[in-house]
Amino acid sequence: MRPQTSNPPAYTEYHPRWYRPRVSVYWWLGDWRYLTFILRELSSAFVALAVILTLFQLRALRAGPEAYARFQQRLHSPLLIALGVVSLFFVVFHAITWFNLTPRAMVVRLRGRRLPDALVAAPNYAIWLVVSVSVAWLVTR
Amino acid sequence: MANTLILEIQRYSPERDAEPRFQDYEVPVHKDWVLLDALNYLKDKVDGSLTYRWSCRMGICGSCGMMVNGEPKLSCATFLTDCANSGSKVRVEPLRYFPVVRDLVTELTDFLGKLKKVKPWLIRTGELAPSSGEFLQTPAQLEHYKQFSMCINCTLCYAACPVVGLDPVFVGPAAIALAQRYNMDSRDQGAQERIAVLAHPEGIWGCTFVGECTRVCPKHVDPAGAIQQYKVKAALEWLKAVVMPWGNRPSKEASSAAAD
Amino acid sequence: MRAAIAAAEVNPKLSIAVVSKVYPMRSHTVSAEGGAAGVVKPDDSLDEHAYDTISGGDWMCDQDAVEAFVREAPLELLQLEHWGCPWSREPDGHIAVRAFGGMKKRRTWFAADKTGFHMLHTLFQTTLKYDPIKRYDEWFVTKLLVDDGRVQGVVAVELMSGKVQAITAKAVILCTGGCGRIFPFTTNANIKNGDGMALAFRAGAPLKDMEFVQYHPTGLPFTGILITEATRAEGGYLINKDGYRYLQDYNLGKPEPKPVLRSMELGPRDRLSQAFVHEERKGRTVPTPYGPIVHLDLRHLGEQVINTKLPFVRELCLKYQNLDPVRELIPVRPVVHYMMGGVSTDIHGATPLAGLYAAGEVACVSINGANRLGSNSLPECLVFGARAGKAAADYAGSQAMPNGRTLAQARDEQRRLETHFLRKIGGTERVAAVRDEMQRTVENSAGIYREASQLTKATNSLRELQGRFENVRLDDRSHTFNTELQSALELGFMLDVAEAIVQSALQRTESRGAHQRTDYPARDDRKFLAHSLVYRNPDGSSRVEYLPVKITRWPPGERVYGQVEEHGKEEAPPAVPIRRAS
Repeated sequence: MRPQTSNPPAYTEYHPRWYRPRVSVYWWLGDWRYLTFILRELSSAFVALAVILTLFQLRALRAGPEAYARFQQRLHSPLLIALGVVSLFFVVFHAITWFNLTPRAMVVRLRGRRLPDALVAAPNYAIWLVVSVSVAWLVTR
Repeated sequence: MANTLILEIQRYSPERDAEPRFQDYEVPVHKDWVLLDALNYLKDKVDGSLTYRWSCRMGICGSCGMMVNGEPKLSCATFLTDCANSGSKVRVEPLRYFPVVRDLVTELTDFLGKLKKVKPWLIRTGELAPSSGEFLQTPAQLEHYKQFSMCINCTLCYAACPVVGLDPVFVGPAAIALAQRYNMDSRDQGAQERIAVLAHPEGIWGCTFVGECTRVCPKHVDPAGAIQQYKVKAALEWLKAVVMPWGNRPSKEASSAAAD
Repeated sequence: MRAAIAAAEVNPKLSIAVVSKVYPMRSHTVSAEGGAAGVVKPDDSLDEHAYDTISGGDWMCDQDAVEAFVREAPLELLQLEHWGCPWSREPDGHIAVRAFGGMKKRRTWFAADKTGFHMLHTLFQTTLKYDPIKRYDEWFVTKLLVDDGRVQGVVAVELMSGKVQAITAKAVILCTGGCGRIFPFTTNANIKNGDGMALAFRAGAPLKDMEFVQYHPTGLPFTGILITEATRAEGGYLINKDGYRYLQDYNLGKPEPKPVLRSMELGPRDRLSQAFVHEERKGRTVPTPYGPIVHLDLRHLGEQVINTKLPFVRELCLKYQNLDPVRELIPVRPVVHYMMGGVSTDIHGATPLAGLYAAGEVACVSINGANRLGSNSLPECLVFGARAGKAAADYAGSQAMPNGRTLAQARDEQRRLETHFLRKIGGTERVAAVRDEMQRTVENSAGIYREASQLTKATNSLRELQGRFENVRLDDRSHTFNTELQSALELGFMLDVAEAIVQSALQRTESRGAHQRTDYPARDDRKFLAHSLVYRNPDGSSRVEYLPVKITRWPPGERVYGQVEEHGKEEAPPAVPIRRAS
């Protein structure tokens, strides 16, 4: 990115002197849509965090009931609870934005006509619901 | 409804100014006036030095793009009554992320270079004389790429895309959508030739799917969709090349077009 | 662009410059909606297309040119298809054609309702393939370089920097389009100011048939935006303030529920515009703040048909007049649309001035005669663009390089722009004021109906406006992208072309096609079966001469619409089936 020099050269006749505005480092704060985009990208970090947490949970499960109990204790710390809530929000946000964007990337045609976006996104939500309900039932049983 | 409106217009004359500045003008508001009508009124009657591009005034030539209250818009398609809602002044600036030549006029050589780079013409392995008749193409095959052929080159998508702003070598939404228009045309045989330009960090992989380009496009071309669809295709092509590296798969769209 | 490609193909060693005051995809061809005519269906024939064109042009068309045109049009359209143009198709994949005003058979190819847009973008994108073609975008040509009796290039202002430079060339092809902006209500874009016509006129080439100005009967009243003929081809009705389909009163057939070719709303454009003027005089048009209008009714077509066949029309109405054609009536009035006249050329695109060629709306070959049929102008650009490109390439191959004397003309031009505009002392007129006055003058005198006293008054008014033009003062005195200077130069061009139009109209004392004289209402084949050629005299005035029309196979007849079967006089030659290319 060519930076704007502090003393731009003087205009010479018949030579165009274009103005090139610099893009600020905080470009994403200027527009709520850009901010939403950045948050969406950031949410992948929290998805990764959730996956790592689940891996630790599985390891604790394998190690036996005391190890699992210790693991549960650690999860009760206020920091991890806060982190958990924030992660939940971001993971849901990630899922919703991802499902809504799927129709843009995958064009499904049935009998020559293009399926409307909602119908392409809907199965994703449906599967999400089914899986979530199944897992919840398994865990609470 | 007020009968006048203040337009805060960015002015820049390199012979006089070191940097752009803003100038306020008052314009009458009529129910069917668009921003372009207000600019013409100012140029004809108030200040002849106000400089901007326009031609067809019906949203098909793509000359009159500018930022209106921070949004890229065609000035011939923006009613004054719509701008006025958001406050007392309407801010009019040249399209973002382009060098500014003068007032509201941007520099487009770079953009045209990007268009040329993606080889936006029908590539065929052999030449056939026109007298042999037309290539057959069913309405379904036409519909396949038709949306991407609607681009009027107004560059509003470039003004909306932060990647273009941050990384000037990014080929950009309109160019990729145009390449896709040819890739998906059942008569074209040049998808392989375009891959070198497209499947590249400067091409589709530079795109982070912000989606602003599709939102601002006045012709509903959906360049973001074109890019993401191409990402899927390019990834599959790469996988095929890795898993089955033998033979030159005929890059034929007749089969893939029917399959899509 | 078609000419550039043709020249590059004839001789790849030539270096070809495309000089344009706007980027190529902004050319006004982009707004053409309806379609392009070409004979490809087995039930159609070249002779029928030729006859429709010639009779539609009220026998002013040069028939040898028309025969060449109808023969080459389908080939050019197929070539465009080979280059990727997305023509609309029939279910089996072949090119689809539709009906269009003035054509007896369905032969108009179309790409949804954005035919010109797709053609222009296909051509532009195809030119990117050819390395010998170099583009000079946003260079405004102010003068043709003429030396030794031949054209040796152009002088142009590079808008970006303001520098005036000479581009020397062995041949120059003008493709600058028409001059609709001379009139106040026009479908034409801001850039159509008759630049090429004025350049040729000033350099000594004659302008042919300038009095024939085509009004399109359906344009939106405030913006002049065109509502395509395709709306009528699909079945729209034109109704006056009483809801009555008034065209039946003007010898255009009987009102049928479905569109009938060459009848009622599908009659020729000039007759429809004239019908409007009569309705206005009878007080049966609807008054609005933008002048009198009539209504175009599409409601009975239904939302489905409008969305598939006429989506752009619906979009235009919603975006610019805030109304929905599915539910409401569209206000329309005749607007200037096309210039049948232009720089006089032969069938190869060559003008009488050596080294100067022209093609498209700026030229007059003439294939459109006194009235152009819809969907003939897009193929005209292709056919004669290719011809002019080939002819110019052949000519350039035989010429010596231009001499250096012409560069002095460029320096003179730079000085002229500085003294008259950029550094001018004094001056009181604004460009827009002189332009508005010119538009009013020309509409009142050389509009749909003309008459001697109005035309003579206009001649004097235009002379006065030329004087006022000398007194123009620009607000914008900078070099960088000076669009006010551009408007002033365009106004200068328009004043010259307006003079040519008014003079030609004054001298033609008959009524034919788009040129209607209330003082001479009949057609006069004895004296006026000829093209008017207007030349500029050294003192700035103009003189009009006549060139007989070339008649080959179709002797002049009556232009009849609607009741073709009953009038025995009109005889189309027997249909010769074309060997269908497939």
